[in-house]
Amino acid sequence: MTTGPHAAGPARRTVLAAGGGLALGAAVTGGAVALTRDGDTAAPVADSGAAVPFHGAHQAGIATAVQDRLHFAAFDVTTDDREKLVRLLKEWTRAAERMAAGREVGDGAHGGLPEAPPDDTGEALGLKPSRLTLTLGFGPSLFDGRFGLKDRRPGALVDLPRFPGDNLDPARSGGDLCVQACADDPQVAVHAIRSLARIGFGTVSVRWSQLGFGKTSSTTPDAQTPRNLFGFKDGTRNVSGDDSAGLDKHVWVGAKDATGGGAWMAGGSYLVARRIRMNVETWDRTSLAEQEDVFGRDKKEGAAVGKAKEHDEPFLKALKPDSHVRLAHPDSNGGATLLRRGYSFTDGTDGLGRLDAGLFFLAYQRDVRSGFVPVQTALARSDALNEYIQHVGSAVFAVPPGVRDADDWWGRGLFS
Amino acid sequence: MRAVRTTAATALAGAAVLAAVTGCTAKSDPKAAADGITVIAKDDACEVSGKEFPAGHVTLNVENRGSKITEVYVLYPDDRIVTERENIGPGTKATLTAEIKAGAYAIVCKPGMTGAGIRQAVTLTGGAAAPKRSAEMDSAVASYRQYVQAQAEETLPRVKVFTDAVRAGDLEAAKKAYANSRVGWERTEPVAESFGDIDPKVDVREDGLEEGQDPAKDWTGWHRLEKALWHDKKITTREKQLADQLDKDLADWKKRVGTAEITPTSMANGAKELLDEVATGKVTGEEERYSHTDLVDFKANVEGAQMSFDLLKPVAAKNDAALVAELDKQFGALNTLLDQYRADKASYDFTSYDKVGKEQRKELSDAVNALAEPLSKLAAAVVK
Repeated sequence: MTTGPHAAGPARRTVLAAGGGLALGAAVTGGAVALTRDGDTAAPVADSGAAVPFHGAHQAGIATAVQDRLHFAAFDVTTDDREKLVRLLKEWTRAAERMAAGREVGDGAHGGLPEAPPDDTGEALGLKPSRLTLTLGFGPSLFDGRFGLKDRRPGALVDLPRFPGDNLDPARSGGDLCVQACADDPQVAVHAIRSLARIGFGTVSVRWSQLGFGKTSSTTPDAQTPRNLFGFKDGTRNVSGDDSAGLDKHVWVGAKDATGGGAWMAGGSYLVARRIRMNVETWDRTSLAEQEDVFGRDKKEGAAVGKAKEHDEPFLKALKPDSHVRLAHPDSNGGATLLRRGYSFTDGTDGLGRLDAGLFFLAYQRDVRSGFVPVQTALARSDALNEYIQHVGSAVFAVPPGVRDADDWWGRGLFS
Repeated sequence: MRAVRTTAATALAGAAVLAAVTGCTAKSDPKAAADGITVIAKDDACEVSGKEFPAGHVTLNVENRGSKITEVYVLYPDDRIVTERENIGPGTKATLTAEIKAGAYAIVCKPGMTGAGIRQAVTLTGGAAAPKRSAEMDSAVASYRQYVQAQAEETLPRVKVFTDAVRAGDLEAAKKAYANSRVGWERTEPVAESFGDIDPKVDVREDGLEEGQDPAKDWTGWHRLEKALWHDKKITTREKQLADQLDKDLADWKKRVGTAEITPTSMANGAKELLDEVATGKVTGEEERYSHTDLVDFKANVEGAQMSFDLLKPVAAKNDAALVAELDKQFGALNTLLDQYRADKASYDFTSYDKVGKEQRKELSDAVNALAEPLSKLAAAVVK
């Protein structure tokens, strides 16, 4: 299962679709060089169905225009064998390259030896690449000494402090590794996580995973911010995927940040994942005025209090002191800015007839200590929204820089 | 317990056997039928009238000159049965006929109808030859067939300890003998399941009954008795009848295992299926939901899978040495983990599964997945 993306091998779709056909054609036939992004900016590829280049200075799936669907998985490493872990990361990289290009894993889903199970599980056959991105991260527990990485843990990869109101389930928190799979087709995202988990048996084991069905953030500023399950637009002032200066300032780890043991993180980013349960039933009994006060926005347009449009800059002093927008705003947090790309989830019901629903919050930042930690400290202390939400899962990951070409692999800098 | 599943490989092997036994009637030599092969069976000998005979329509004229009831078999090089005749009494004669292709075979007399029997090699010549496998593959299949046969033979007396206790109405003794009576079955389950009709009689769970079946009347076998012993905590006339039935059904199993279609591919797939059993039935605690003896079945499934793997190793190692090394490692890791759940490595006295926590079950599940994934590649490594 280690063939490269441009080696001969089956593509899921041999007939190119009309929409995004040019980009897809490049993905399937163009090879790695034509696909490499230019490093700092990722062109917004809004055409659903196209392939997002896998190689680049940064990993795809961060500045990339947010896709519709998510499958996120955290893994524990089950071996103590460092070489085995490295082999897995290489194998994962090759499989990820192929899947991002809309190709089958390994030798494909059919046509192989009849006595052997096929390399590819087959459920994505005939589906477009669907802008699949696969983004890998390393959790703090990976640096506990099992793999000789103790002195490679970056200072910015902190264990998150306990925030007031947290009710974290250890079975939905942490992890040695994570993979964020985003795609416009849910089956493509699930196929990717399933395939990586399968390749990983014996080396890693899925610790927890989360499906997300609706994006709640946008990294394309001209687009409307999608609504969360409370019916509001939130995270309006997001970092834009084509704002190189903003990304360098708030998202990408700079060469100067990454020093000593953490030098391998230059070009990477830090990810905080939080499973936030939303008590939608009590929220729905709340008056419109109260709902708008809690967020500090109007429900229809999403404009801050006293403003006309969603993207109009809010006048913070006009907002209630405990309103969500005021507390989360960079100006209230010494400029702390996060790139958010979270998803709504509904994992059925909770046995009491209530939806087990909420927001799977995903935020990328240059340094967790000056990013998520101060913002969440302020929110956990006094956000009016706390009456309707509870943080039930939490994880933090160091997301290494991008895989540069077909010879490079996820985490090479860390393990070399 | 699992629904019957015929793999493509088994179906193919079945077709080949059919061809071997019946496929060349047109080429048969009428003279051979007239002469036939004479077999004189004695208590300590199996005298065959020659070493080489014409292939085609073959007749064996058997005479039992011994003092014990005997059986006579014609076997393929992998010990699969071409044809057989049981219950040939002392001083009686019997005739066996079959269409047999050219090749090497063994004629076996089994005085007293137990043990390995007395073997004579014969060669059939002329006509089309039966498809030939490598000697290594034949030896692997023959050894596995002996293993399966031995498991069945060892199981019957163990089952009798269990069923005797049920018939005696001794609840505690029956509970004690229950798990142990299942070990041989669990080690070789894919072979038993290939017969289709035995598994539903002896190893079905209540939820495995079909629509319209009445648990009170139609549910038989180990798990029905398990529920009586652990859940209902009583032995009635019905349970005693079911004990008799279990003895009978398993005696049928023992009699039939020799006829099972076994190929290197089906051995490799069988090993994988045993791990599937563990992954879907044992790790979840579904199999032994009343007795919680899941880890005994678990261990037996792993032992059976490891036996297939060990026998196929010489063939697989030539094609995929890395796979064999990985499988050795993962079998070792899983066995080490299982050993943590028993104080004495020589005994099958494992921790009751209701005492195995969620995190421990996850750890067991991870170890099963770590083994089952490479094991799914063994069949391809054997035929490559």
